Amino acid sequence: MDRRMHPDPRPLVLSLIGITKRFGPLTANDHIDLDVRAGEIVALLGENGAGKTTLMSILFGHYVADEGTVHIADADGELAPLPGGSAEAALAAGIGMVHQHFALAENLTGFENIVLGTRPLWSFGLGGREARAKIERLIAESGLAVDLDVKVARLSVGEQQRVEILKALYRDVRVLILDEPTAVLTPQEADGLFATVRKLSAKGLAVIFISHKLHEVLALCERVVVLRGGAKVADRPTAGGDRAMLAELMVGRAIPTRERPPSMPGAPVLSLTGISVGKPGERDRLEDADLEVRAGEIVGIAGVSGNGQGALAALVAGLAAPRAGQLHICGHPAVAADPRARLAADVGRIPEDRHRDGTIGALSVAENYVLETIGESENQSFGFIRRADIRARAVEAIRAYDVRCPGPGAAIRALSGGNMQKVVLARVLEREPKLVLAHQPTRGLDIGATTDVHRRLIAARGRGAAVLLISEDLDELFALSDRIAVVHAGHLSPAMDAENLDVKTVGLMMAGHSAGEAA
Amino acid sequence: MLEALDILLQANFWAATIRIATPLIFGVLGALLCERAGVLNLGIEGIFVAGAMSGWLAVYLGLPLWGGVVVAALTGALFGLVHGMLTVPLGLSQHVTGVGITLLATSASYFGYRVAFPNVATPPRIEPFPPLDVPFFGDLPFIGPILDQQTAFTVLAFVCVGGVALVLARTPLGLAIRAVGDNPEAVEAQGLSVVALRMGAVMAGSALMALGGAFLTLSAFNAFYFGMINGRGWVCIALTVFASWRPGKALIGALLFGALDAYQLRIQTIAGGVVPSQIFLMLPYVFSIAALVLVARRADYPRALMKPYFKGQR
Repeated sequence: MDRRMHPDPRPLVLSLIGITKRFGPLTANDHIDLDVRAGEIVALLGENGAGKTTLMSILFGHYVADEGTVHIADADGELAPLPGGSAEAALAAGIGMVHQHFALAENLTGFENIVLGTRPLWSFGLGGREARAKIERLIAESGLAVDLDVKVARLSVGEQQRVEILKALYRDVRVLILDEPTAVLTPQEADGLFATVRKLSAKGLAVIFISHKLHEVLALCERVVVLRGGAKVADRPTAGGDRAMLAELMVGRAIPTRERPPSMPGAPVLSLTGISVGKPGERDRLEDADLEVRAGEIVGIAGVSGNGQGALAALVAGLAAPRAGQLHICGHPAVAADPRARLAADVGRIPEDRHRDGTIGALSVAENYVLETIGESENQSFGFIRRADIRARAVEAIRAYDVRCPGPGAAIRALSGGNMQKVVLARVLEREPKLVLAHQPTRGLDIGATTDVHRRLIAARGRGAAVLLISEDLDELFALSDRIAVVHAGHLSPAMDAENLDVKTVGLMMAGHSAGEAA
Repeated sequence: MLEALDILLQANFWAATIRIATPLIFGVLGALLCERAGVLNLGIEGIFVAGAMSGWLAVYLGLPLWGGVVVAALTGALFGLVHGMLTVPLGLSQHVTGVGITLLATSASYFGYRVAFPNVATPPRIEPFPPLDVPFFGDLPFIGPILDQQTAFTVLAFVCVGGVALVLARTPLGLAIRAVGDNPEAVEAQGLSVVALRMGAVMAGSALMALGGAFLTLSAFNAFYFGMINGRGWVCIALTVFASWRPGKALIGALLFGALDAYQLRIQTIAGGVVPSQIFLMLPYVFSIAALVLVARRADYPRALMKPYFKGQR
């Protein structure tokens, strides 16, 4: 099709033609075409491993494409090819990227981060008044308010993101790539971000919005491009689309809706009374917290990361002792920081960071599977590991949990995140714990693996386990939880019935409003 | 007891303090420049030796004194290049490489010296930097004798403190060096080269370290001896943490160490009969360890220190 005859009158600013990138036998991008017009907000949708990040890395010069070309409009609006493999060239051509993990130097101020690299290295001064005036104008135009003279380490995550966007705007970008920008924001912060993005696109900025959150794609973007298995499978307007359709395009098959039988809570399994954990000055702490999780229910903890979730998880896992208050597990007092005693008390934990705390990368799948029970007689006799028995049980778990791996002897670090998490789930759930601590159990997993984790947690609840679910994903919390409590700056709200809650209320409470104000 | 305090009133003591501190000032500045960019340079001890030897040899062979200073700096930069190549683009362990550089530079210097002078009983001498004749201030009481004992090489050390501080705080280059030691991705995303910045910082830092060595053979003494560096490089690594990677505090740390060393030399002659001299010799090092223990616990290390960066990996 002749691009000039396109019905959309807005000029093309970016055109990717036949982009292909292979890593060994894997084709990460398979002949992808993508056009973006000035002022357009395009969603790039796809599961982990679908090729979104690779495509954007090629665009931003981190990778060089094996085949295909990137064309970008120059100052006169004429499309010209962009040399590959150079972030400098991409920046100069007007492409800006806000990474999911911020590319900010935390020991510098916001101002210093924004001007970094914009002046010749061998010169004096940082652009002073002129640079500041430009940034202040950009702040006024975009509404991205942020204190420029505070070290980035002291800014909140939302403010850091604003610095990232300002960094791109300061360089007069014409195409702005936002990589999973809402993953770290409260719903209200996300709304603020969307307002900014709309404002910027109205001024002619083209925005590529990478996400796997379907409702955000539908709310913000006018067009959606879906990648699956490295290939483009759809490129259509969002108008007239719905979540189920997008999910199906993304995964390639219909997503079964979750079965969640009504809860029939039993006796309290975990109870916190006036618990305080962590140093008073820290943000990730708990102050005078009360919480009860009963058998056969899932209690969700909502909150922006670092507001006390870490302290709560450490307390329940037996990694931190409370300063004050009482902790009971199954009616027995449990206070000392003793992870072994927690395991003995039938507490299973799914840690937040499966690489750091959940598995030992150099050990095999089988060894990781028995990590918590290695001392028990089924796994050792007279101090020697019963290798054959462990192997047999690991093979069984691999089958039951559908872990895709070369075998029980494979080093676990070679597994994908989803398969690694399945091993952790198998280890925790096969012991049929009375209490399951699930801290961000689906972080970084694709839809398929996420569905699997959710199914397993609901199954654990079904057989009478108490589940404490700590998550930053409100969709997940509302899908799984019977009750939801919100934690903000160390203060834990009472757990509220999830049926009568809405996302907006929880979002306001995550930002520090009380339940009364929020409702 | 009064004699012990009397030392502090001697101009000689303060002059010695500055003299002892000078090589450390160069060393700490060099180490903090490398570490600000994210590279630990444990080659420092060997680079001191190489700077001392090469600078001295150049002057012995007929170059002017400042020519010797330049040769020492270039030698340091060369070892910095080797350390940088191994640790930055190749991403090898900075500890192992650094210790390797120290062994290499030390041995190469001793070897070169032995090849050049196979049969000497007393080390050959050169004419070192003369003491300064400071106008006006040199005539002041107390301050004058302190200043008049220093050389132009010491002045260079103080100039370098100001220079490094200015570059780090006030220039786009300094901003980029500080950023690359905290988050190399931020630097890459702004279109700058992580490898070039780190290599440059390591080479410049190593050149400064070599100047510390050259000060010993070109200003403090007039010859090269085996073992003359005697752990000064390691002290600089400790002082860098003490200084929180700030040039101004680096100067204070070096002067403190120099004062302790100068003091222990003098107190030995007074109390030497009662307390074994080894106790006094230990004092400056005990101070470094104590300062390190106290400061390092809450030290704000450059976040990317010792973390190799490979483009395209996140």
